[in-house]
Amino acid sequence: MNLDAKVPSGALKDKWDNHRFEMKLINPANKRKYKIIVVGTGLAGASAAASFAELGYNVEAFTYNDSPRRAHSIAAQGGINAAKNYQNDGDSIWRLFYDTVKGGDFRSREANVHRLAQVSANIIDQCVAQGVPFAREYGGLLDNRSFGGAQVSRTFYARGQTGQQLLLGAYSALMRQVGLNAVKMHVRKEMMDIVVIDGRCRGIVTRDLVTGKIESHVADAVCLATGGYANVFYLSTNAQACNVTSTYRAYKKGAAFANPCFTQIHPTCIPVSGDHQSKLTLMSESLRNDGRIWVPKNQGDKRKPADIPEEERDYYLERKYPSFGNLSPRDISSRSAKQVCDEGRGISATGYGVYLDFAESIGRLGKHVIEERYGNLFEMYERITDENPYETPMMIYPAAHYTMGGLWVDYNLMSTVPGLHVLGEANFSDHGANRLGASALMQGLADGYFVIPYTIGNYLAQNKTDKIGTDHEEFKKAEAESTDKITKLMNIKGKKTPNAFHRELGKVMWDNVGMGRNEAGLKKALVEIPKIREEFWNNLTVTGTNENLNTVLEKANRVADFLEFAEVLAHDALERDESCGAHFREEHQFPDGEAMRNDEKFAHVAAWEYTGVGNKPIRNTEPLVYENIHLAVRSYK
Amino acid sequence: MKIKLIVWRQNSPTDKGRFETYNCDEVSPDMSFLEMLDILNEKLILQGQEPIAFDHDCREGICGACSCTINGVPHGPEKATTTCQLHMRKFKDGDSIYVEPFRAKAFPVIRDLIVDRGAYDRIIAAGGFVSVNTGGAQDANALPISKHYADLAMDAAACIGCGACAAACPNGAAMLFTAAKISQLAFLPQGQPERKKRAIAMIKQMEEEGFGACTNYYECEAACPKEISVRFIAKMNREYMMARMFSE
Repeated sequence: MNLDAKVPSGALKDKWDNHRFEMKLINPANKRKYKIIVVGTGLAGASAAASFAELGYNVEAFTYNDSPRRAHSIAAQGGINAAKNYQNDGDSIWRLFYDTVKGGDFRSREANVHRLAQVSANIIDQCVAQGVPFAREYGGLLDNRSFGGAQVSRTFYARGQTGQQLLLGAYSALMRQVGLNAVKMHVRKEMMDIVVIDGRCRGIVTRDLVTGKIESHVADAVCLATGGYANVFYLSTNAQACNVTSTYRAYKKGAAFANPCFTQIHPTCIPVSGDHQSKLTLMSESLRNDGRIWVPKNQGDKRKPADIPEEERDYYLERKYPSFGNLSPRDISSRSAKQVCDEGRGISATGYGVYLDFAESIGRLGKHVIEERYGNLFEMYERITDENPYETPMMIYPAAHYTMGGLWVDYNLMSTVPGLHVLGEANFSDHGANRLGASALMQGLADGYFVIPYTIGNYLAQNKTDKIGTDHEEFKKAEAESTDKITKLMNIKGKKTPNAFHRELGKVMWDNVGMGRNEAGLKKALVEIPKIREEFWNNLTVTGTNENLNTVLEKANRVADFLEFAEVLAHDALERDESCGAHFREEHQFPDGEAMRNDEKFAHVAAWEYTGVGNKPIRNTEPLVYENIHLAVRSYK
Repeated sequence: MKIKLIVWRQNSPTDKGRFETYNCDEVSPDMSFLEMLDILNEKLILQGQEPIAFDHDCREGICGACSCTINGVPHGPEKATTTCQLHMRKFKDGDSIYVEPFRAKAFPVIRDLIVDRGAYDRIIAAGGFVSVNTGGAQDANALPISKHYADLAMDAAACIGCGACAAACPNGAAMLFTAAKISQLAFLPQGQPERKKRAIAMIKQMEEEGFGACTNYYECEAACPKEISVRFIAKMNREYMMARMFSE
C-alpha cells in the first residue's frame, strides 16, 4: 500500500504557501463541469460543501438526519482554538502547532498540524463574518478562555454552545447554496458504499431511510465527513446515530484505516446512572477553568462532600500536575480519575465518579460570574442528575468521546483510494494520539473551509474522468451488494435486537479496549468480538420491512459494521506495544503511572488494509519524521 | 414507577393513524423520557411488533431532532427542556401520558412520532444567512460589536430549530423560529447589507410553506426549549415593516 503523505518540500512554515502555488487550478468557468459529493453535514462537511459551491462546483450533500443542522458537531460546547494572540499572552502559530503536536503525544504529522495552526486564525474571521455570535468583551472585541493542554487563552466561544453556533454558521452558508441551487441536499439518506471505477472513487450508493430505496450517485470526487466511531463503545458522548459505516465501508473498498486505537476518553462526563442509559452527557472541559477536581483522601469515604474537610480531600490533578493542574490534557485527566476510582476513592453510588467543585470559584468570583460562564451547563447537569451544582459539587467520570483515528489521508486529505477525500473527525491526520480541547471544531472547519477547497481542485485538474452514468456495472454491483446486505439483515429472524448486540460489543470494548489496555485483555477482546458477530448474523431480529422507515434496520446496518470494525481497533491497540496519548498500554508506564512512549519502534502511523471479514488486516506504516520538533517526554508537571 | 403510554401510531404519511396503549412497568425516575421509549421499543421488537419511530439524536438537548408532543405540550411539561432531557422524575407513578408527533400543517407526519420539518430548512435557505464567501473575511476584531448586541444576537441564535414553536401555536405559525434568525442577523453589523431583503424573503417563504400567522398566544415562547423570547417576533415585524416601507 502506498502511504506517500505528499508533504510539500520547503521549510515547515512555507509548505502550505508553496503548495498552494504549485497546485493545479481549474478555470472558474470549468468548475461547474465537475460534480463533488459530500457525505455528512457537520462542521467539516457543511463548510466543504458550501465552499465548493461558492467556487462554482456542482455539489451534492448527504445526511442521514432530517436536516443538515442536526449533525453532532452541534453538541460541542466549549470552544474553538485559534492562534490570534488577541490576549497578548504569547500565543503564536508556532505555539498552537507545538501544543497540538505535544498534546497528541508526538504521533501526528508535523506538516498537517502546522497548516492547521496557520489557517486557525482565518476560521475565526470567516465565522464572525457569517454572523456567529462569539462572546465579546465590553469593548466589543472577542473574548477568549483557556482549555486543557495550553497555557495561553486562545479559545473562542459562544456561551456553552460554540459547536452549535459554528455549525449553524456553516449550515447557513450551505443553505444559502441550496437556495441558489448550487448544492443539491439529500436528507434522510445513509451512505451504504463507495464506488471505485478504474482505481478512482466515482460515487456512492445510498439508502433512503424513508422509502428504503437504494440509489446511486455519480461524481468526479467524493468527500467523507462522517465523523468518528466512539459509539463502538456503545455508551459515549456521541449522538445516537453516529456510526462507522461510511468510513468502514470505504476501508473495505481499499481506503486504509489509520490509528483506530487512538480513541479519546473525555474526563468530564456525567457518570452512568443505570442500565437504561442510552448515552453519556459531556460537561464541557471549560468547566475545569473554574472547577476543582477532587476525591476523598480515604477509601470508602461515604460522607457528603460538604462534610469532608479540606485536609481530607485530594485535589489529585493539582497535586500531580502543579503547572497545568485541573487543565491537564484529557487523556491524563481521564486516567487519573480512573486511577483514584480503582483505588477505591471514587464517589457516587457506583464508585465511578469524582467531584468537580465550584465552591471556591463561586466564593471568589460570585455566583453570577459562574452563572454567566456556565449557566446552561449547570442547568443541563441539574436536569439530568436532579442536583444543583451551585450548591453541591458536580459528579463526573470519563466517557468515550472522540476518535483521533480515522481513514488515512495524505497532505491533500485524500485517502488511499484516489478521489476519495476524508475531512474532519473521519480522518486521522491532526491530533495524533490525543486531541486537545477546542481543537475538533478548529480541524473540522480548517479542512472544510481552507484545505479541501484548494486540494480538490488540484486532484480534479490532474484526473480527467470519463463521463459515466449510474448504469455503470460497478454501480449496479454496489447497489446489488447493498440490497443483499439489507435483505440478509431482514431475513435472520432471530431473537436479539440490534441494540442488545451493540451493548454487548460496547462492554467488551470498554472493559478491554478502553481507558487502560493490556495484552491479555486485547487478546480476549479479539476472541469475544468475532463471537458476538457470529451470533449477530445468526440470532438478530429486525422487525418491519425495508420499504418503510425502519429504525431497527438502520441500527442493525450500523451495528453490523461496528462488529467488524471493533476487531481492527483491537488489533491496532494490541500491535501498538507502547503507551502514547490516549492509548494507554498498562505494560508501558513510568513508575508514577505516566505513559511511556517507544519512539524507536512506534513513531509511525499504523494504516490498516482490509483483507476480508475476520481476517487480520495488514498493518502498513507511515513513518513520522519530526524535522522541527524535538520528541520529548510529554510533561504537564 | 408504572406509566401508561398512549402513543400515536401511523405507518406512513398516507395512513390514517391511531392511538395505541402501552404499559411500562419498570420505569426508573432517573430515566429520560426517550430512554423509557427505548426500553418499550426493545420489548416491542422482541414481541415481533414494530417499535415506535421517533426522531432523536444528540440526547443532550441541542440538535433539535427530538420532537414529541407530550400530554398536549411540545417537549412535555418541563420548562426549557427538550424531550430528550425530560426525565421521568417529572412524572408520578401511575401517570397516563399521551405521546403524539408535533402537530402543524407544515410538518407532515412521516411515521409515528416523526414529522418532516424540511420547511424550516427552506426558510433558512431563503435568506437566513450572511452572503459571505469563504476566504473574504476581514480580521475578526476589526469589527467591534457591543456586548449588549452580541448578547442579544446570541439569545436569538440559541434556537435549535426543533419546531416546537410551530407545533405549540394554535395557528401553526413559525414566527418564533423565523424571528429568531432575522433578529440575530439584524442585531449584528454583518447582517446589515441584506437586512431588508432577508426579512422579506424569509417571511415570504414562511407563508408559502403553509405556516399560520401570529395572533399573540405566546404558546411558542412557553414551549421553546431554549426560551427564545416573543420579543423577537415584535422585532421581526418591525424589520418587515421597515423593509416594506423603505425597500431598496
